[in-house]
Amino acid sequence: MAYSDKVVDHYTNPRNIGTLDKSKNTVGTGLVGAPECGDVMRLQIEVNQETGIIEDAKFKTFGCGSAIASSSLATEWLKGKSIDEALKIDNMEIVEELALPPVKIHCSVLAEDAIRSAINDYRAKNGLEPIESEKTHF
Amino acid sequence: MLKLPVYLDNNATTQVDPRVFEAMTPYFLEAYGNAASKSHPFGWKAEEAVDYAREQIAQLIGGNEKEIIFTSGATESNNLAIKGVFEMYASKGNHIITLSTEHKAVLDTCKHLEKLGADVTYLSVGGDGLVTKEAIEAAIKPNTILVTVMYGNNELGVLQPIREIGALCKSKGVLFHTDATQAVGKIPVDVMADHIDLMSFTAHKMYGPKGVGALYVRRKNPRVKVTAQMDGGGHERGMRSGTLNVPGIVGFGKACEIARLEMAEEGARLQKMRDRLEAALLQLEESYLNGNKTHRLPHTSNISFKYVEGEGLMMGIKDIAVSSGSACTSASLEPSYVLKSLGLDDELAHSSLRFGLGRFTTDEEIDYTIECVSGAVNKLRDMSPLWEMFKEGIDLKTIEWSEH
Repeated sequence: MAYSDKVVDHYTNPRNIGTLDKSKNTVGTGLVGAPECGDVMRLQIEVNQETGIIEDAKFKTFGCGSAIASSSLATEWLKGKSIDEALKIDNMEIVEELALPPVKIHCSVLAEDAIRSAINDYRAKNGLEPIESEKTHF
Repeated sequence: MLKLPVYLDNNATTQVDPRVFEAMTPYFLEAYGNAASKSHPFGWKAEEAVDYAREQIAQLIGGNEKEIIFTSGATESNNLAIKGVFEMYASKGNHIITLSTEHKAVLDTCKHLEKLGADVTYLSVGGDGLVTKEAIEAAIKPNTILVTVMYGNNELGVLQPIREIGALCKSKGVLFHTDATQAVGKIPVDVMADHIDLMSFTAHKMYGPKGVGALYVRRKNPRVKVTAQMDGGGHERGMRSGTLNVPGIVGFGKACEIARLEMAEEGARLQKMRDRLEAALLQLEESYLNGNKTHRLPHTSNISFKYVEGEGLMMGIKDIAVSSGSACTSASLEPSYVLKSLGLDDELAHSSLRFGLGRFTTDEEIDYTIECVSGAVNKLRDMSPLWEMFKEGIDLKTIEWSEH
């Protein structure tokens, strides 16, 4: 299977690889996927509590090129967004941006789950209710 | 000069040897007759070429030329052997013994026969990929008609104790079939010494053309027969109808002759390169060899790089053609059933690469592969959350994963 240029670009030059201090109240961590499924994503956000803006985002991913690219792209998109804006990121936008083939759509779903999970971790740390997903993936 | 990409997927298929190609060409353009045409020189020439190839092939495996049945490849040979025995020996019984690590051409054929009333035992293998003679012996029942065990495993390269199994089957009066697709032409295979009754093999794994294979069918002690799976002109002693692929067969014969003459030297050369590659890659932390280290083909190595996903790794070594046990590389999203049969954790099965060296592999290509794979493994580990957890001493089994 041939990868799109954008997937290759993110794979070769991944943006925002790294680890944020998960003990900080301003940091939300999402860990999704499972080793036996062949992909695990960890996505972290750091939120400015005054403005509610995501000021930093980092990821680490175990998975195929499409999974790495999806999470790398997600961190790029997250930076500078408010929590509400971040929640609007839809997996199909990732599919479109990276030109993922149908067999790789689950990578984008995983990235969306990771964003949501990181936001909910941040909310839980700050005494807020988790946001339920209205979306059901097939 | 190193030419990219590097081909290290010789267990999937091999380049045609130029000497094989050269031997084949006249049979496309000049001697293009049908080997079954008995009434003119075009047919005679083709038949003569086929007979010669039959001898070259028989010589490589220690059989007689009359025992070679040409097919389209090893998949067809496996189908013909197993289905053909099941039908031919129905009055003797319906029990077949095989391994869970066989090729799909054997496993799916057995599954098909189960629907038709066959009783199939799928034996599991040890952590090193090998079955024991004792396990086979314990599985044999009064109604057992066939034991089918592959010679060398395509994914791991491990060699089953074929000679012991053959002797056991002979003593029990059970027919023995082996899928020797990966072994013939790479290591000495002798149907007499190994007590093999039926054997599948193919040209394209030994530098011959695709689309031609053979089934060895023993003619003496015992005389074995299989029911044809295709009806037609009654070619190949009635066991396999269809016009013979003359150029393919000529190439197959030539490939067998080259293998017979050069095997010892080539095997030693490949093993030396394979061992060097393997030693270097196993120096990486948390990398593991899959399958038995001693009893295996000289040109194959299957290694898992823990905490790195196979397909992601293959993308990082895009100028090296290998295959992976990772789920992502197949449409099924299941990791390799062969690796899982060894009892490997899923993450190790997902993290494996199979290196298959071949006749045209060079030392320079091995150097490049070592450098490239090591670099990609390290790079991907730097971005793997699992590697970070491992380094922090977290046991991944204690984490509740959100499966999706």
